[in-house]
Amino acid sequence: MSATLWAPSASIETLKQRAAILRTIREFFYTRNVMEVETPSLSGASVTDVHLASFYTTFVGPGHAGGLPLYLQTSPEFAMKRLLAAGSGPIFQLCKAFRNEEAGSHHNPEFTMLEWYRPGFDEFALMDEMDELMQLILNVEPAERLTYQQAFEQVLALDPLTATLTQLQALASEHGFADIAKNETNKDTLLQLLFCMKVEPTIGQTNPCFVYHFPASQAALAQICEHDARVAGRFELYYKNMELANGFNELTNAKEQAKRFDEDNAYRADNGLNHVPMDKRLIAALEHGLPKCAGVAMGIDRLVMLATDKDKIKDVIAFDVERA
Amino acid sequence: MANYSTNEFKGGLKIMMDGEPCSILENEMVKPGKGQAFNRVRIRKLISGKVLEKTFKSGESVEGADVMDTDLAYLYTDGEFWHFMNNETFEQIAADEKALGDAVKWLVENDVCTITLWNGSPIAVTPPNFVELEITETDPGLKGDTAGTGGKPATLTTGAVVRVPLFVQIGEVIKVDTRSGEYVGRVK
Repeated sequence: MSATLWAPSASIETLKQRAAILRTIREFFYTRNVMEVETPSLSGASVTDVHLASFYTTFVGPGHAGGLPLYLQTSPEFAMKRLLAAGSGPIFQLCKAFRNEEAGSHHNPEFTMLEWYRPGFDEFALMDEMDELMQLILNVEPAERLTYQQAFEQVLALDPLTATLTQLQALASEHGFADIAKNETNKDTLLQLLFCMKVEPTIGQTNPCFVYHFPASQAALAQICEHDARVAGRFELYYKNMELANGFNELTNAKEQAKRFDEDNAYRADNGLNHVPMDKRLIAALEHGLPKCAGVAMGIDRLVMLATDKDKIKDVIAFDVERA
Repeated sequence: MANYSTNEFKGGLKIMMDGEPCSILENEMVKPGKGQAFNRVRIRKLISGKVLEKTFKSGESVEGADVMDTDLAYLYTDGEFWHFMNNETFEQIAADEKALGDAVKWLVENDVCTITLWNGSPIAVTPPNFVELEITETDPGLKGDTAGTGGKPATLTTGAVVRVPLFVQIGEVIKVDTRSGEYVGRVK
């Protein structure tokens, strides 16, 4: 290959398969009366999540001589919730999402996301629908389902919901992460380390696997469960060592949402991360009223990797970041 | 030495770990969509040669190792040290048995080897990929035999033992691939 890297990183054959998958997804939603929408990639606010980094730019032009700060969206979630609050009904979007600081065999800083929302669904009804989509595209059996607690306990023999920091540090050390464990005082970081490195490689190896009821401390934008306040209505889908999707029984309480954003920014300030302006338009939409709903975001590049049996994300996108 | 963050990790970067200089072989980011990013890194320890996997929290920094490779010609051994020379500056460096490791059996006078220096001292010697050495000892073997019948062991001037085809005889010079230790062919 030429040193200028002009040629695509994916083969044309793979890109044809990719196009067919995108068509299947659109038809899946079309037949179910889920409306396709498009929302801004650039927004004046962004996600406060302490583990996500947004690209940032400034618009200068009519009305904004002084410059309008804009963030490339890490997912279309906030804008889609504003559509739901405005009465859109069920919606889906296939779009580019952008995440700074992420590149590797499963990450590209710009990637394709499928996000959809179902008013009136809880996380279990949405898992059912996702399962149908997976069977359609990946030609697999129905997915397994495990709670986060079950998945963690069956591999690591420790209850993640009651484990103390000391227990998690000891467990991480035992599994070869002593250098991280000795300095780490955040339980969630240790849980994420152990889940990523030890649990993920054991689940969803034959058929996809849903993991639900994530710890409340990792709820992100999910409701805390009524039956058990230690867990949240958040789920993830795993298949063959790949995290494919993250879904929520969506938090609809504006005050609670604003509180979580503030907490993220307080953590950011304490840890030398940049402040991210809270999306006040999302909060206003929640105050107006978000219907009870469940929503999920799925990495389409990874889905195509699984469907086409490729190891690297660059094998399924026309031009990865090194060729962009 | 400078510190390197996980974002700077890439194949060939030399870092310090457990007091030993190491070379990074591969660096892979592992990150849950919602959660902390980690880097799973494959590392070769440069003194012991051991390859291991180590996980870092993304954003962490580690101390760099002052390691450099230099190409030097092998001169001679005094029994305790093996002496090498830079053919341009004529500067000489002596490596001990530990640094030499397996390379000792492939040293041919005037061949250019890669010497790995840590803080200026040799810690590893990599011989050229191919060397030519004379056979000092091997069974006579059968006439008319061709390669591919399993061959026989042959001892070379350096003491290295290589499997050679049956027709190869004492006194002949052969070419050997030092990476695999395999016979490549006879040198006419």
